[in-house]
Amino acid sequence: MSTIDRTINEQEAGELKTKLHDLWREPPGFIGWFAHVHHTSIGKRFFVTAFIFFLLAGILAALMRLQLSRSESHLISPDLYDQIFTTHGTAMMFLFAVPMMFKAFSTYLVPLSVGARNIAFPRLNAFSYYIYLFGGILLFGALLLNTGPDTGWFSYVPLSGPQFSPGKRVDIWAQMITFTELSALGVAIEVITTVFKLRAPGMSLNRLPLFVWSELVVAFMVMFAMPAVMLSSTLLILDRLIGTHFFNPAEGGDPLLYQHVFWFFGHPDVYIIFLPGTGIISAVLAAFSRRRVIGYMAVVLSVVSTGFLSFGVWVHHMFATGLPALGMSFFSAATLMVVVPTAIQFFLWIATLWTGKLVIRTPMLWALGFLFVFLIGGLTGVMLASIPLDLQVHDTYFVVAHFHYVLIGGAVFPMFAGLYFWWPKITGRMLSETIGKWHFWLFFFGFNLTFFPMHMLGLRGMTRRVYTYPPESGWQYLNQLAGFGAVLMVFGILAFLVNAWRSWKGGAPAGDNPWGASGLEWGTSSPPPPYNFLFPPTVNGREALWDAAPDQPVVTGFHNDSREVLATKAIDADPEHISEMPGPSYWPFLAAVAVGGLLIGSMFTPWAVVWGAIPVTAALVGWFWPNKNEVERRRSREIWEPEN
Amino acid sequence: MRRIGYGLLLLLLAGCGTHQQSVTNSAGTQAARIEILWWWMLGILTTIFVIVVGFVLGAVSRRRGGSEQMPEAQVIDSARDRRLSRVILVLVIMVILFEFGFLVASAIVTKYERGMSSKNPVEIQVIGHRWWWEFRYASSQPSEVVVTANELHLPTGVPILIKASSADVIHSFWVPNIAGKRDLIRPYQTSMWLQVDEEGVFRGQCAEFCGHQHAHMAFYVVAEPMNRFQAWLQAQKAPAKEPLEHKARQGRDVFMKSPCVTCHTIRGTDAGSRVGPDLTHVASRSFIAAGTLPNTRSNLMQWIRDSQSVKPGNLMPSMDLETSELESLVAYMQSLK
Repeated sequence: MSTIDRTINEQEAGELKTKLHDLWREPPGFIGWFAHVHHTSIGKRFFVTAFIFFLLAGILAALMRLQLSRSESHLISPDLYDQIFTTHGTAMMFLFAVPMMFKAFSTYLVPLSVGARNIAFPRLNAFSYYIYLFGGILLFGALLLNTGPDTGWFSYVPLSGPQFSPGKRVDIWAQMITFTELSALGVAIEVITTVFKLRAPGMSLNRLPLFVWSELVVAFMVMFAMPAVMLSSTLLILDRLIGTHFFNPAEGGDPLLYQHVFWFFGHPDVYIIFLPGTGIISAVLAAFSRRRVIGYMAVVLSVVSTGFLSFGVWVHHMFATGLPALGMSFFSAATLMVVVPTAIQFFLWIATLWTGKLVIRTPMLWALGFLFVFLIGGLTGVMLASIPLDLQVHDTYFVVAHFHYVLIGGAVFPMFAGLYFWWPKITGRMLSETIGKWHFWLFFFGFNLTFFPMHMLGLRGMTRRVYTYPPESGWQYLNQLAGFGAVLMVFGILAFLVNAWRSWKGGAPAGDNPWGASGLEWGTSSPPPPYNFLFPPTVNGREALWDAAPDQPVVTGFHNDSREVLATKAIDADPEHISEMPGPSYWPFLAAVAVGGLLIGSMFTPWAVVWGAIPVTAALVGWFWPNKNEVERRRSREIWEPEN
Repeated sequence: MRRIGYGLLLLLLAGCGTHQQSVTNSAGTQAARIEILWWWMLGILTTIFVIVVGFVLGAVSRRRGGSEQMPEAQVIDSARDRRLSRVILVLVIMVILFEFGFLVASAIVTKYERGMSSKNPVEIQVIGHRWWWEFRYASSQPSEVVVTANELHLPTGVPILIKASSADVIHSFWVPNIAGKRDLIRPYQTSMWLQVDEEGVFRGQCAEFCGHQHAHMAFYVVAEPMNRFQAWLQAQKAPAKEPLEHKARQGRDVFMKSPCVTCHTIRGTDAGSRVGPDLTHVASRSFIAAGTLPNTRSNLMQWIRDSQSVKPGNLMPSMDLETSELESLVAYMQSLK
């Protein structure tokens, strides 16, 4: 195995294509669907599923705007409203934002961007998808059955504890967390391994695309942040189900402990949602400015340091709890420090625009929209870092406005930038520019009309999570303005759905690289074949396709009798060895069903953990059962180098 | 209907207006300082916003690469990139300096607030309940402690010590015109200082989600000069008077025989439970049900008969009483001045 020049004729290429196609194709049919393990297949599912949850949670948001468009409205009861806002927040955070920005984008694009034929641990990838899907169905199924969680997406104790929230609602919230975070941890492991071991030869770490850097940093953050929220929700469910007293002050527990553990996850989570967006923006700005982003090293260090700093700011969610002033001022300063790396990225992006040859297409429009919207969210964030200002606007609509500017600005705008950018690669067809522009402007104006007035509402005293407000408060007019903006946003989303449908049915063929972009993913056909690259590429510079030599070598020397990938060294990406990837399997699906059954059963009886462990074990034994042919093939290829 | 409540309050204050609830309409020492910080920050950050957006729009209008065909990737002018990076370094240093100044300004505001003190302050315990407020005015004599609900009378111009705690879930005490908020978390009791500088009526409300009726957990602050405050406090110390009217006396008997007595206190009678709000001087308050309904006869009737339709899910059961019983009960409530 080595990297050689491209000397292969048409006929040989055709034969190789057929051979690789047979090796890598996924099983056909409905039943076969459950055995898919290729990252493009699972990645598309993550995209579609996360987008559906985005639409469902968006409908809940529209219902809330409807309820709040009149004071003392009796349209929605407080009981239902509590379920709606809790499910909206929970679904947007756990079922849309993280799955879309991290799981979907990284599962589909990271292997392609580093020139790999599949993601590392593809079966774990499939498992991660199913377990996430089941968690989402659990949450929305519960809402339909009127057992939707109703204590807020943060579920503070003691409100969510056994005394004040009897019934199954909070249990469902807590177990849904376990489902989605298990999934996120799985994807984090896959992404880190893919980035460190499956990069194309020549793609040393200092040539890693900025988008991949973002997803890599996020994967590490997931590994440290998600266990914290699984811990807090598990301690909560133990208090609720088997009578432990972690948060019960009467038995020596502490309700503030919950807030610390939850926000130790909760704040990094915001950056887990936002950092993939910065990676997408860097990719889109580079492609449509026709130049690389200025200051590669500064952008990478900004992303990495944002990742670190995000773990040191959680107490700014707790300024009102009455903690000691000196301790709080540390977190206030740390929060202000996060502004520095973000400002560096912002300035470098603007310098890139300033020196580029701009082409304004729909993806670029979304990226520019991001700069505008996220800037507002960032600046109000500076205000919130100040303890006295925060004490006034904390838990009001000012904060609601702030984090929608940050999260919609930092995730939804980049998501649409990324979707318009990579849609041609994923589907092989172009989206309409005209409908795309309608989509952008409707959504952009609708968004600002909805959320800008909320700043004013917060300053005028409207607190969060209220199902109604008194008529003399004077809040009705601004709420109606927000409701009108929400209507525009709905039309924007409808325009996108029409656009997607038309493109799917008969959009213009995209070709390999419609934007003339530089990433390795644009070096293969659209959509990519099941084996991604006929010849895995090598890399000559930071902008892989732009910096490629006319006779850029490719990787050859595979045996082409199993799903082989080239493993490379972690830092320099020098070729190391050929590794075999597992093929299609039903076991990840069955394992997800078994784990899901255990988790859901545990809400009803602790014994479900004991009896549920049996099918889980059986599924894992099936999953890892060795295959004789594979073992013999590998053994025959082992090279023994006797010591001296 | 609600205007009646305001009318009552206005009458009570004889000339002092109710204030629009707002962070930027400060009437307290803390809120006033935060408001100064707010306007400065709004000005500075808006300037930054305009400059940054100006640069983005400038870049967009400056050089276009056409829109039909994607042009070739540019050849990079490294020297210019390095010059730009140096400009950005200077900008970042400016950002850091600005943030440092902001941090110091915030710390000064916080220090002022936390540094307040007084030898013999007015001390009030604020206790959050689902979904109403209990206010206890401390006194060295246990029998002199005044307990009231949902209407907080404060003297103007002196530091006030608030001791904040909760009886159940987490609530948050917030009057935007007077000071920042403080979470009420059982089992902790935290203290904060505040000072009201203007007379008037200010709406406050719970700011931490606390369950179904979080939306209807408001209260009113009545800020008045010390002499009027003292007069009010004296009046509140007295136990409930024996009702004079026959109907009100009947109402008292209804109260003592019905489930009312299992939750409420009326000092001077046998009713002494602390589950619900203290009703000793309920008629002196302008609102009932935690700032939800003006304290009128018809609202009292509606609240007692069917509190669940006014605040669905609240902890007071709707009372199944004969109309005559209800009328006398309300007459009794209205006699508790």
